[in-house]
Amino acid sequence: MVFPVAQRWLLAALILAWVASAVSSSIDPYFLDVVMGVGVSVVLASSLNLINGFTGQFSLGHAGFMAVGAYTSAMLTTVVAPRLGWHPVLLQWVFFPLSLIAAGLLAAVAGLAVGAPSLRLKGDYLAIVTLGFGEIIRVVLQNMDMVGGARGLTGVPAYSNLFWTFGTAALTVYTVWALLNSTHGRGFLAVADDEVAAEAMGLDTTRYKITAFGIGAFFAGVAGGLYAHLKGYLNPGGFSFDKSIEIVVMVILGGMGRHAGVVFAAILLTLLPEGLRELGSRSVPNPFGGAAWSLDWIKEMRMILYSLMLIVLMLMRPQGLFHRSERRRRGA
Amino acid sequence: MLEVHNLSVQYGAITALHGISLTVPAGGIVTLIGGTGAGKTTTLRAISGMVKPTSGRILFDGQDITGLAPHEIVRRGLAHSPEGRLVFANLTVMENLQMGAYLQRDSQWIASELEYVFGMFPRLRERLEQHAGTLSGGEQQMLAIGRALMSRPRFLMLDEPSLGIAPLLVKEIFARLVELNRERSLPILLVEQNAHLALEVSSHGYVLETGRVLLSDRSSVLRDSPEVRSAYLGG
Repeated sequence: MVFPVAQRWLLAALILAWVASAVSSSIDPYFLDVVMGVGVSVVLASSLNLINGFTGQFSLGHAGFMAVGAYTSAMLTTVVAPRLGWHPVLLQWVFFPLSLIAAGLLAAVAGLAVGAPSLRLKGDYLAIVTLGFGEIIRVVLQNMDMVGGARGLTGVPAYSNLFWTFGTAALTVYTVWALLNSTHGRGFLAVADDEVAAEAMGLDTTRYKITAFGIGAFFAGVAGGLYAHLKGYLNPGGFSFDKSIEIVVMVILGGMGRHAGVVFAAILLTLLPEGLRELGSRSVPNPFGGAAWSLDWIKEMRMILYSLMLIVLMLMRPQGLFHRSERRRRGA
Repeated sequence: MLEVHNLSVQYGAITALHGISLTVPAGGIVTLIGGTGAGKTTTLRAISGMVKPTSGRILFDGQDITGLAPHEIVRRGLAHSPEGRLVFANLTVMENLQMGAYLQRDSQWIASELEYVFGMFPRLRERLEQHAGTLSGGEQQMLAIGRALMSRPRFLMLDEPSLGIAPLLVKEIFARLVELNRERSLPILLVEQNAHLALEVSSHGYVLETGRVLLSDRSSVLRDSPEVRSAYLGG
């Protein structure tokens, strides 16, 4: 029996997130912001992993689903919530999670809307359609005055805390894991491996693909909601193609279809730019005497270093950082 | 058992099948032979629902299955082992076989079917935990056939089981197929490039050429027909 163990892990993660959240007021705000960003990244990467990694459908529209969720929950908490006259505690602990669910549902609807007609497409073609979808969302948001248009949406309350971000991250990883280990879980892998053969086995491949798209988009939407209430400010530019690529890179780096690998990659790739920024603000003592050497160049080269690391990793370990190791245990 | 009437298939502007008719009787082995592009694979794909026919009817056990989705057709007991032995390369041998039993819920049944497949191809038992992508060509073909059998089909379609496999293994696989057909009186529709072998194991054969049935007769007759000899059996 694997399930009870996994559920215990989930429970432990939730309790830990709760405790961390309770003491978070004593944590440095910048550090807290970065750590919560890690949680959001884990949700995004893990949910995309269900679509790209496990089911083998190359989607480049994850930032689009995230945007749908971000704006949905932000509109709910900035426009609807004040009219309710609820106590702030209730708003953060009852209304906010409800708005996250609404964000996820609307993103899932968007996922199904783009998925249902386009999932006949494979590989590059699907990638292009999802990319187009993501751009459409961004452009529509940019031209919607109701949500602030290109100026962005300000004054989003800071409801995201360690509990919500890490609780959601744990829940996402658990959901994807449980789905893959359910009776039907192997169906996703079969679709990724060979669609024709999967069809010949009697799998309704379209249903699997749509399920993956719907669930993946749901969690992307929830991640968007968390992100909105973490940053306090939304700008359509933040959900551009670059953001989708960033999430895809996490999935590829972690090893398509590896649970732990992708979580690890999400953490690494969120911390790395911050780490390099931090490093760039330091200086090393000059061994020849004289003025200390500034590492300021790292700040400017940050994105180049980041890209170089990816290139080197892909050349050295194209299968991702984590490969096979966790597959062996599955189903045994 | 299986009747195909006037089946036509088009891929865009290209017509792949121009009204093909064929019959596979209960318990029989029927083969489709013909050169590349004759429409053999298309015929199988149309029967299993992977391509939609533009016209014609497909009857399985007297029921019209034309235009049904592939999973609905498999559910009726029609198994298709596709060309190029499409095994799930990233799943283990065991997982591949379990995928074959995807529509089966009875675990006792699955276990007995596994035993049957292992009896047929003992090599598979030795390779249970190996990833299917690391098997040899012949072993992958055995796995593809075994996987198709796991759904307890009432009808089996095989596409080019001899393709790219060592001759010795081809012989073994074909011997098993004949056994399977006899023991379970399982009807088989076999698509083969190796016309010699195909006509040897089958009772009936159809020769396809550019999407039409050129000849059809008992396999023993086709073997001796001068046209077939010169075109497909090397004189």
